[in-house]
Amino acid sequence: METNSTNTNADPVLAQALEWLGEGRRVALATVTRTWGSAPRRAGSHMAIADTGDFSGSVSGGCIEGAVIQTALEVIDSGVPRTLEFGVTNEMAWEVGLACGGRVHLFVEPIIPESPAHPL
Amino acid sequence: MNADVLRGVVAAQVAGRDVVLATRLSDGAQDLIAAGTPASALGLDGDAVAAALKTGDPRTVDTPDGAVFLRPYIRPPRLIVVGAVHIAQALVPMAQIAGFEVTVLDPREGFATADRFPGAALVKEWPDHVMDALRPDDRTGVVALTHDPKIDDPALIAALRSGAFYIGALGSRKTQGARRERLGALGFTADDLERIHGPVGLAIGARTPEEIAVAVLAQVIGALRL
Repeated sequence: METNSTNTNADPVLAQALEWLGEGRRVALATVTRTWGSAPRRAGSHMAIADTGDFSGSVSGGCIEGAVIQTALEVIDSGVPRTLEFGVTNEMAWEVGLACGGRVHLFVEPIIPESPAHPL
Repeated sequence: MNADVLRGVVAAQVAGRDVVLATRLSDGAQDLIAAGTPASALGLDGDAVAAALKTGDPRTVDTPDGAVFLRPYIRPPRLIVVGAVHIAQALVPMAQIAGFEVTVLDPREGFATADRFPGAALVKEWPDHVMDALRPDDRTGVVALTHDPKIDDPALIAALRSGAFYIGALGSRKTQGARRERLGALGFTADDLERIHGPVGLAIGARTPEEIAVAVLAQVIGALRL
């Protein structure tokens, strides 16, 4: 069977995170872990954030990305993962809530590059 | 997350291997679990991992050491487009954007070319020669767009004999009727033939090839998700 395929099945957000790491940038990954109601992005959705503030992917329809980037930059500095919750019940609802009325849980983790002393 | 875990996820996706990334939410401890291997370090129940792999749906499960988030990365759904025609030129890139792995099949010279379908797998063969090798399964949709029974019929016959989650065929009601008679004569039952969506696509009044492609892709996604 003759085929000509340039398909790449890698998640473009994860591929972008790897590319940033390769460039020596520090990176965090935010993942939607749970949703309630009409949240726009499903559980499992990823957003990668570089220490330069660049980001790829999304975890909502754009309502909470700014706050997630802020947390991601803190997580990159601290090296400690965090869970986040956004929604109409959140005290920050007026500032960065989800206008759609949904609710989401997120996990934001730093991506730790291999130690130079122990190259793969 | 260690970079080697991220690298492992991406490598599995590129190689078409299904994996689950398990993350303990309290401290970020992780394990990357390949399909078919027993669940591991984080005190996970193998059934929960198997369910995540089967459905592709992420879930959070309780373990003695706290909540663990399971994120499956499974192969994308496939769409086999039979007929490298004008509608296909709109349908293929839209389906790729929507996350489908698309194969375009057309035996005719000059149709299934990389210039017309950048990024798609192209197969310049007759469907009866290659549909077995393409092995449509319950995560594969098949849509026949050539209007030519010599090409469409063998593709549809192979699709009907497979577990394809969606089968569609271009053509007017009259064309569909004639096709039903031909396939019925081969022994396919009325229930079998009901699996073929035709006239193809959701009824949105589509007129142009591009609009028809939207209607077809919407119908395919509906068959996958609803």
